[in-house]
Amino acid sequence: MASFTPTIRTPHPTTSRGKRADLPPVVGGGDGGRPDPGSPDYGARLRRARLGLAVALTPITMLFVAFTSAYIVRQGLPTFDPHTNTVVHDWIPVPLPTRLFLVNTCVLLLSSVSIEYARRQLARQVALEPVQSIPGVSLGTERNFPWLALTLVLGLCFLLGQWLAWSDLASRGFYVATGPSSSFVYLLTGAHAVHLFGGILALLVAGAAVVLNRPLAARRIVVDVTAWYWHFMALLWIYILALLEFAH
Amino acid sequence: MVAQESHQHAAPQGFIRKWVFSLDHKVIGLQYYFLALTAVFVGMFLSLLMRIHLIWPTAILPLLGAIKPETYLSLVTMHGTIMVFFVLTTAPQGGFGNYFLPIQIGAPDMAFPVLNMLSFWTTFTAYIVMLAAFFVVGGAPLHGWTGYAPMSALQSSGPGEGLGADLWIISIAVFCIASLMGALNFITTTLDMRARGMSMMRMPLTCWSWFITAILGLLAFGVLLSAGILLLMDRNIGTSFFLPLGTINGQLTGHKGGSPLLWQHLFWFFGHPEVYIAILPGMGVASQILSTFSRKPIFGYKAMVYAMLSIGLLGFMVWGHHMFMSGMSPYTAFAFSIMTMAIGVPSAIKTFNWLGTLHKGRIRFHSPMLFAIGFVSLFVSGGLSGPFLAQPALDIPLHDTAFVPGHFHLIMGVAAIFGIFAATYYWFPKMFGRMMNEKMARIHFFLTLIGTYCVFMPMHYLGLAGQPRRYSQLTELAYLHPLIGLNTFMTYAAIVTVAAQLIFLFNLFWSMFKGQKASDNPWEATTLEWTTATPPPHDNFGGRTPVVHNGPYEYSVPGAPRDYVMQSDPATVQAH
Amino acid sequence: MGLVILCVIWLITLASTYFFVAKTWWFPHGASAATAALDHQFAVTFILMGVIFLAAQLALGYFVWRYRDQPSATRADYSHGNLKLEIIWTTLTAILFVGLNLLGSPIWAAERFRPAVEGATRVEVTGMQFAWYFRYPGPDGKFGIARPELEDPSAGGEAALGLDPADPASKDDVVTGTMVVPVDREVEVILRAHDVIHSFFVPAMRFKQDAVPGLAIHMHFTPTEKGNFEITCAELCGLGHYKMHGMLKVVSQDEFDKWLADREAEKQ
Repeated sequence: MASFTPTIRTPHPTTSRGKRADLPPVVGGGDGGRPDPGSPDYGARLRRARLGLAVALTPITMLFVAFTSAYIVRQGLPTFDPHTNTVVHDWIPVPLPTRLFLVNTCVLLLSSVSIEYARRQLARQVALEPVQSIPGVSLGTERNFPWLALTLVLGLCFLLGQWLAWSDLASRGFYVATGPSSSFVYLLTGAHAVHLFGGILALLVAGAAVVLNRPLAARRIVVDVTAWYWHFMALLWIYILALLEFAH
Repeated sequence: MVAQESHQHAAPQGFIRKWVFSLDHKVIGLQYYFLALTAVFVGMFLSLLMRIHLIWPTAILPLLGAIKPETYLSLVTMHGTIMVFFVLTTAPQGGFGNYFLPIQIGAPDMAFPVLNMLSFWTTFTAYIVMLAAFFVVGGAPLHGWTGYAPMSALQSSGPGEGLGADLWIISIAVFCIASLMGALNFITTTLDMRARGMSMMRMPLTCWSWFITAILGLLAFGVLLSAGILLLMDRNIGTSFFLPLGTINGQLTGHKGGSPLLWQHLFWFFGHPEVYIAILPGMGVASQILSTFSRKPIFGYKAMVYAMLSIGLLGFMVWGHHMFMSGMSPYTAFAFSIMTMAIGVPSAIKTFNWLGTLHKGRIRFHSPMLFAIGFVSLFVSGGLSGPFLAQPALDIPLHDTAFVPGHFHLIMGVAAIFGIFAATYYWFPKMFGRMMNEKMARIHFFLTLIGTYCVFMPMHYLGLAGQPRRYSQLTELAYLHPLIGLNTFMTYAAIVTVAAQLIFLFNLFWSMFKGQKASDNPWEATTLEWTTATPPPHDNFGGRTPVVHNGPYEYSVPGAPRDYVMQSDPATVQAH
Repeated sequence: MGLVILCVIWLITLASTYFFVAKTWWFPHGASAATAALDHQFAVTFILMGVIFLAAQLALGYFVWRYRDQPSATRADYSHGNLKLEIIWTTLTAILFVGLNLLGSPIWAAERFRPAVEGATRVEVTGMQFAWYFRYPGPDGKFGIARPELEDPSAGGEAALGLDPADPASKDDVVTGTMVVPVDREVEVILRAHDVIHSFFVPAMRFKQDAVPGLAIHMHFTPTEKGNFEITCAELCGLGHYKMHGMLKVVSQDEFDKWLADREAEKQ
């Protein structure tokens, strides 16, 4: 039986995400959108950005799941051949430029390493920023290795390498419409390249954030999200390569 | 005073930033709503032309001239596409969801306001591209909203299958991306930005419906995008994903080895969740309104949540029921049919619970309630023709007959639309600060309820009699001639029903300027949007952040001073 | 207002139900072996759904009137639900729905899980924009090779199907625009399509199957009455979809044999 008790509760400081009160109360926050890294608002924004990325990776996964299922189905598809009044299978796997693909894979994995360094470097900078404002404290001249720039270069090298792989296929007479196997090779690698190019645009945004001297916390969030996206793209590439090489 | 969670942007100045490229979810919600409003009138107009052509095939219409058979099929295609995408996937979620999700959970805005703005303008771009298909050489495509290959994959399969079909696919692909951007925002916002005390199981059922709808969209639209990409490739660069060896008009198509069934699998893997995307927000709104206007908590809140979750999950496992006659394996068909019957169970639970909410209530018949009651009636009618189609043996005589559009129009074309109407009448006071005119609303309600039943219930009879779908004329087959009388009745009913919507349109715009001024909580409702000013300020709650103490539907609580206790009321209702 | 809504909902419900029960517009007379079981399953589904339809709509109308807000009404019942009731009606619904489906599954199995019997009348049915062609294998019992590159729809008959004259098996193949079959004998149809998806729908036989390019789909049905029955195309196939129809003529075995022999003779 429900009862109604006119209890008055003392209002608690507000936090996000329902009942959990895992963040300390905000003191004098809300200065119009420029949080400092030490404030919980920054942590919330980082978490939200990562959540957003996790959500965003889902439809990308579904796209490649759909392509994969089309690939598997097409491989095994019997088709009715009226010339012989029988059912035939016409899947002939295209010979892949495996060596080129492996080189590209190495390049992409290296770029993953470099962006991970960039991500951690920025995280460290953000963590240490309050310390650095203490007069008299110095952490030494930590030269900031341009990990982001290296990632950008490696990423572009990967795309260039993919272009070379497609040229190799074309030079051997395998174009998009040559046969079902070649269609899928171009489709899967091309779709991956488009998404990786999106990652490159994100890297440019991160670079612009440095050049335009955005606050450290905001830069950290951009680089963090980009880095996780980039790792996902590397994993996706390995999956695609494995699919093409082994599932035929 | 509690500190405001940092809101990413201050109130904008200037017309462009305030009304065109606004980052405010309320403005964006209205933009989506008005886009859907134009789309629904376009869609209704197309369907009127269809019904007129069926009865008077040789009629010469003013300005448009005669409707040729190819025009008829392009009307069929564009009517379906525009209604499903730009009305039913746009107004309930992009419109009301955008406007009210943040407010109902106590947040100042969506998680990613810039992305939100972009998602609207991307939707708008998709809409323009879709409409453009009418005006290019060859006109709009003929292949139906389902776009089955090879017809949709061969440029020579009919007029409109050239550039018109390419634009159709591109528009849908752009729409996929827009929807995915929106889904991202909805999910992140719901998970990350609820106010203190707003646990998931205290969210209004509208928020649950938008959340689950967004998850469905997140998983489904990527697959539609993949299908669209493959189709564009088949049409334009010579691949054969969907095209087998074949001829058209005696000419070899030049393709071989592809599978038309692959298109159907990919399309319906998206297409079935899509229909739940279209109906779930209406279910959420119906629950909200039935509870509010019965002055009773929703019957079985938890069951309602689990039912929506089940519908969402099962919705991904039933797509093959669109393909029983397709040439798919009959064993697979059997499996899909069992899952399809299973999904009827949570829908039935929801219906029982709506009836349970009305039972022993104190029902107030304001306009939102009329449409919520209509929603339940239409959902029952449309839903009960499902078990016929779900059985493959019974699908044999019924598939691709008028029985199928009878089924889905009652559910999508009417019940879901009633959900949109109910939401409009319900939230209009909050959005515009004025009440809509009740007299006009009542006329609109009765004319629409009766009118739509008169248009769509007879489709079931026609289907039983064997009238096939998508026939531009009924004159060729002898056994269809006796059905022309019923078809004529339906056409007249359609004309009256479409005309009745003009009453709604007039009421909508007139009330914005001349309607009676509304208080902050004219319906004496409990959810958070009714705690704030009318219309809500830029950051939704005027500098304060709500704290939630109660569930969403605490009506007629024994011992309470009024017959409703708001969610943010510190006088808590003890759990029971 | 509650009374008005009740009346409107009840009237709509009763009117709709009347036309269903009166069978004002109904299935055409069924003339196949599958008709009895299929129509029976339909009737069972129909009665069950009809009862639920009436109960739900009448209850909706009644509740809306009975529990309307009026000065004399008691306070609304503060209830968040009833778990026991939920479990009961969920279980009952699940049993009903799944049970109904399982009840009808033998019909589907009989139609689709087994191939045609030996000795069935074999007809290859080909759909193309916008006509149906029917091919009989002739005395040799084999369908000859058909080559897509030989197709010439404007010439009709064998040329429309692209029959290869070089293949001896196609010499005795009979191609017609009308489908003739003997009564009381199973018919095996092999469904094909040249260009886009069509659907071979014979309402009187309770038979429908999509004809898909790239596939040769084997199905069967057994006509049990003589007569002429309309064949329609039930899958959107283009401009002429509405006039893509044909005729199924079910005749006695003797009449069929004679008809086929006459067609064979014409080919000489």
